[in-house]
Amino acid sequence: MTTVFLLLLRLGLWLVLAPLLPGIVNRVKSWVAGRRGPPVLQLYYDLARLWRKGTVLSTLASPGFVAGPAVAWVALVGAATLMPLGPAGGAVSFRGDVLLLVYLFAVARFCTAWAALETGSAFEGMGAAREVSFAVLTEVALITAILSLSVQTGSVTLAAMLAPAPGAGAVLLAGGLFAVLLAENCRVPFDDPNTHLELTMIHEVMVLDHSGPPLAVILHGAALKLLLFAVLLSQAVLPLGSLPAPVAAAALAVAVLAVAVGVGLVESLLARFAFRRVPLLLTTAFLLCLFALVLAWKGGAA
Amino acid sequence: MEGRCGVNGTVNLLIGLAMGLNLLALASSRLPSVIRTVAVQGVALGLMPLLLQSPLDWMVVLVALATVAVKGFVIPALLGRAMRAANIDREMQPFIGFVPSLLLGAGGTIAGVAGARFLPLLPEHAGTLLVPGALASLFTGFVLLVGRVKAISQVCGYLILENGIYLFGLLLIRSTPLLVESGILLDLTVGVFVIGIIVDRIQRAFDSLDTRKLTALHE
Repeated sequence: MTTVFLLLLRLGLWLVLAPLLPGIVNRVKSWVAGRRGPPVLQLYYDLARLWRKGTVLSTLASPGFVAGPAVAWVALVGAATLMPLGPAGGAVSFRGDVLLLVYLFAVARFCTAWAALETGSAFEGMGAAREVSFAVLTEVALITAILSLSVQTGSVTLAAMLAPAPGAGAVLLAGGLFAVLLAENCRVPFDDPNTHLELTMIHEVMVLDHSGPPLAVILHGAALKLLLFAVLLSQAVLPLGSLPAPVAAAALAVAVLAVAVGVGLVESLLARFAFRRVPLLLTTAFLLCLFALVLAWKGGAA
Repeated sequence: MEGRCGVNGTVNLLIGLAMGLNLLALASSRLPSVIRTVAVQGVALGLMPLLLQSPLDWMVVLVALATVAVKGFVIPALLGRAMRAANIDREMQPFIGFVPSLLLGAGGTIAGVAGARFLPLLPEHAGTLLVPGALASLFTGFVLLVGRVKAISQVCGYLILENGIYLFGLLLIRSTPLLVESGILLDLTVGVFVIGIIVDRIQRAFDSLDTRKLTALHE
């Protein structure tokens, strides 16, 4: 009974905290630009407003148009139950759960792209094509990063992989995973969440035809994904396992906040890259993770 | 033993930096940034003799300072001047695209790290990245030489190749007279100087620095 209660509590924490992160990112952006900016809780208001609104459905769309965002959201919530939280460990943890995590991210992506294709709009198809083709590179980088953590610790369980100090490759891994975070969450050097030019958007163009509650679910899922990646990055780089529990929890919170501020700074200081430069940057992220893997492997051999 | 380990750590850090700069040179699409990358790499490697030779002798210090000055400042200045004089645009045109050359460079680096284990090295060199760094730089320089069209980027490839040879030479720092090192440095400077003039001539004769046009020369 208590386990179920704890699980629900943790899930609630994830779901409630997730929309905070984009708010912080936007706050940092407006601070750098010298504007007052939207309130930190803006996404909560947006979600509440969208939830009350009706849905406009295209006559072409199959039920997949609504099911896609829902399935994607459930997959991300599943990923949130797997993700360990510093000293608290994972809510659900078993041998090989890291593979399930990677696949849950892939399912979420597939469902978003599928729902985007439902209305038959050319723009959304374009966005979906871009999302999926960049994902080919980000997934390789993510899997390489996970492999290097796994080689480092000799384990395939997330909680065990993320706890100890990552060794010499931490800097490389931090760089690689941060680039993966930016690409996966469609942040600036790869995509601009604020743009409204259909020809250049990726994530925003995929959700153009969604409205009302499905759009709210998509936005909440995107915020959850950002939080998931921020937590993954913080835990992969910080040696949380060697700290006492309260310090580790505080360090995790500060690190996630730092990641959000970092995203905001990157977004304010960098222009988005031309499309032909994006594969180069993602390949660099992959190589950073690959060198972290080589370091972990050499360190293990010596 | 403790001090030895610290020195090795610094040396490995510098060589790791040089390896990273190799990849940066392969990935950057602008000529000035490649020139800057090569300059930083030259400075990083120029400091190495100071770390490797523990009883510092004035000759070593002199050569190290000369290396830093020439590779870090004189050669980039010469290349920059040649670039401005020839008035070329800064975009590189690759034969081998940026992503493939980056992957090739990373493959070369990893192969260097893995392959160096099978070489019969002195025990004091086994722990350092000297040989992998040398192999990786050689390979990177080679890829840049083969994979870029413009003469100046090929010069940068040649400089990275030379940095690799220099790293290899550091293995023998105790037995090669530093006169050889300084001779190589002089050669390099003169070489880049001459190439700067040639670049200007190529530009005047062909209106571009595309070396592909040099394959069909007539009397």
